[in-house]
Amino acid sequence: MQFISRQKKLGPHSQTEIYGQLVQFYGQPPLENISLSEFETFAVERLKLLKSVENLGVSYVKLSEQYNNKLHHELKNLNFPYKSETEDRKSQTGPSEHEKRRKDHISHFILRLAYCQTEDLRRWFIQQEVDLFRYRFTDLPPEQKLELLQKNNLQYHAISAEEKKALSGKLVHSSYGGSGIKVEDQDFYKVPFQDALDLVRARKVYLKAGYVYIPQQDIVTIVLNDFRTRLSKALALTARSLPAVHSDERLQPLLNHLSHAYVGQDYSIQKNVGKISLEQIDSLSGKSFPLCMRQLHQNLRENHHLRHGGRMQYGLFLKGIGLSLEQALQFWRSEFIRGKVDADKFDKAYAYSIRHMFGKEGKRTDYTPYSCMKVILSNPPSQGDHHGCPFRHSDPELLKQKLQFYKVSPSGISQILELVKGMHYQLACQKYFELTHNIEDTTFSLNHPNQYFIESQKVLGGGKDIKRETDTPQRSQENSGRGSTAAREAAAAAANAPQHLAEITEDLDSFFQDA
Amino acid sequence: MPCSDYDPASLPDLLPLYYRRLFPFSQYYRWLNYGGVQKNYFQNREFSFTLKDDIYVRYQSFTTQNELEKEMQKMNPYKIDIGAIYSHRPNQHNTVKSGTFQALEKELVFDIDMTDYDDVRSCCSAADICSKCWTLMTIAIRILDRALREDFGFQHLLWVYSGRRGVHCWVCDEAARKLSVAARSAVAEYLSLVKGGEETVKKVMLTEPIHPFIRESLVVVERYFPRYALQDQDILGRKESVDKVLALVPEDVRKDLQQDFQNEKKPETRWKLVKDQASKKQATAKKFQHFEKEIMLQYCYPRLDVNVSKGVNHLLKSPFSVHPKTGRISVPINLKELDTFDPFAVPTISLICEELDRPRPGEEEEKSEETKEKENEKDAAERWKIRDYKRTSLAKYVKHFDQFLDGMARAWKGELLRKSDLQKEF
Repeated sequence: MQFISRQKKLGPHSQTEIYGQLVQFYGQPPLENISLSEFETFAVERLKLLKSVENLGVSYVKLSEQYNNKLHHELKNLNFPYKSETEDRKSQTGPSEHEKRRKDHISHFILRLAYCQTEDLRRWFIQQEVDLFRYRFTDLPPEQKLELLQKNNLQYHAISAEEKKALSGKLVHSSYGGSGIKVEDQDFYKVPFQDALDLVRARKVYLKAGYVYIPQQDIVTIVLNDFRTRLSKALALTARSLPAVHSDERLQPLLNHLSHAYVGQDYSIQKNVGKISLEQIDSLSGKSFPLCMRQLHQNLRENHHLRHGGRMQYGLFLKGIGLSLEQALQFWRSEFIRGKVDADKFDKAYAYSIRHMFGKEGKRTDYTPYSCMKVILSNPPSQGDHHGCPFRHSDPELLKQKLQFYKVSPSGISQILELVKGMHYQLACQKYFELTHNIEDTTFSLNHPNQYFIESQKVLGGGKDIKRETDTPQRSQENSGRGSTAAREAAAAAANAPQHLAEITEDLDSFFQDA
Repeated sequence: MPCSDYDPASLPDLLPLYYRRLFPFSQYYRWLNYGGVQKNYFQNREFSFTLKDDIYVRYQSFTTQNELEKEMQKMNPYKIDIGAIYSHRPNQHNTVKSGTFQALEKELVFDIDMTDYDDVRSCCSAADICSKCWTLMTIAIRILDRALREDFGFQHLLWVYSGRRGVHCWVCDEAARKLSVAARSAVAEYLSLVKGGEETVKKVMLTEPIHPFIRESLVVVERYFPRYALQDQDILGRKESVDKVLALVPEDVRKDLQQDFQNEKKPETRWKLVKDQASKKQATAKKFQHFEKEIMLQYCYPRLDVNVSKGVNHLLKSPFSVHPKTGRISVPINLKELDTFDPFAVPTISLICEELDRPRPGEEEEKSEETKEKENEKDAAERWKIRDYKRTSLAKYVKHFDQFLDGMARAWKGELLRKSDLQKEF
């Protein structure tokens, strides 16, 4: 394995160098021997950490106080480094700071192996690692920030006082409002806009002739950008050396399981293909579809058309609940030809993309239904679109009207709107589920429109409908009552050294279904 | 002028003539070859053709201008799209190992389509346009052109009429062509202000402080708003359209304005009432209030199709392609004449083909010239083609394209010099 083979080349003192700081750029791979059990524990715990980072990022505004507190808590619980050394010395229990930093380091590299394989995995991993890094970097005291930047050769040059004066009017109007820091008191750094994309995207920086002028307080963006670029390159390199790692039969199954864990259940396995008839869809859409799909269905029936984003979101959902390719083609055709599209045009322009969804065209990937996260975060609806998450992408006033129309009680509506206001879109949807299914507390944590459907069918159909569903979600039901307990058990199991691998990975599966 | 006489059924007869005698191949090649600064730049570019009956052929590529010419004259595509520059020749994409065939570079492109404005224009809907709503495209070009040049520092922007209901922008600077997907999406989002689909009423939300980019854009919008929105679209005239505007103001203000509007019918005065309410609100309310600006932006601000700009491998209709429905040629727009640009005056394929057949003063003279040059036939054919388009209404658009290319040539000349200097050093 690569960790071992390189060990002899470098002296052991390079390690203390690496662990000298709380936050790392992960420039050096770990060079020591580690036991298989440690390998597993580290990997599982980092994955749990990254899962938390992802979940917190959806539920809270990043870097808000709540977000920071929760993430801080999470780091502490999972024994990852989280505060400056001095603070840690006070507490005598638990692993030492050095051990935590070592774990941080090694676990990051293990997950690189698991997450370098596909574009999707890389994107997810980079996103979570970047968010984690952002939190930790922001949390550092200023002098440590500077030290970190210096050690990693990241130095920026501030613009001159004259230049600053000439631009001051523009600079004032370009950075965060109400921060109270005056332009005169602050250094500004001029860098190419490509190095600060997050600030450009959000229009939080002054941009002129291809250069951005970044105030000292926002320097983290360039650092993050750099971190992201390095990580992305490193993953591409790791992917190339992967065959060597995969030849190790001890690691390969574990790595595969780790990488499958991030999406949770993907609802693409169709054991119930063809069990749903097209006539059922109208009534199912009222009873068991989440609001996003109900909205798409309704608009499709009304306008006999959906734009691309809507067709993808709704089409894959329908595939997930069990429509066969033939049914899907029939469903879309019969609706579209009632509108402006004739049968010939449908076959030429739309049938392809439906077959594509089912993996019958193009690169023949069997596409998986969109998760809540994907619906909420990617490809927001624009003019003419009906897709997206109604809790995220509707005006509160319209959402309210819609909920009233669907006969949700006034108190229920205000509860939902409160959750929406706090940006808890998935919780709002879950509340909607509870209200429309007349149950007090749902025992699952909603993260997928198809999960909503399955759970709804369970509630409504009693035993009858459940049998139709896939096996795995059923298992998640068994586990769901003890959600976090299962997680802890999985972690504990992984921590116990000579556990059989199959058991560990199975526990992992159940953990990530609940997560 | 018979320009409106285009009949889609005649397209198969006209296209061969167009590709044989009128399409500006040499300029087209000059553009996409980018001075030959980078090796295989033209060879690895994807073209895609739409043929008769919507047959779609992707991953076409050509090694030389001559090959491109021959192929287009053979296939006579109804529509031509331009894609990315790939790691390998696109027409051989099946022969390379999967995963290694990758889109590397492309111009940064923007696509603005009038259908995206359907909720704020009352004159037309869907694919229809008129001179009233065309102002929206003028505003879009003004705002984006300024921002891409001044904010992002790009210089080589080619604006093109799509042939039907929208405009495209090709940012051809080297730096733009090399942008990553993340950078493209950041640029597109920086430029997007109108957000939300059918489930969102208020689509523009400003926050404090107003970014210089938005201020600059507002300057443009304010210039066109009274004429375009208040007069041409009459957004404060009929009751339904008034209600749509009032849905965008805070509730208390809405009631006041509804009252005021009872006694005041003139749109300009009504708009003044809205503005007065806004400044009143700004003076008193603690919360940031700029609903009058938000209304103007929602009605006039450019609506980009972000997905087109994001992807490196996204295809976009090529300049000088024919729009099969309208027959109009997709022509570059000269920004110096932007305010008088009339999409309905853009020549159709039937018009320019007809112009070719018209006798012209000085015709004889040229004919005798032609006989002199008969020995060098290929050369003569080349010259003829150049003269041919010059005899049609296409000429001024090709001329503008030439000027655009001259500007870029100056840039790549510098680049070539720099490269040869570097070589000498070693």
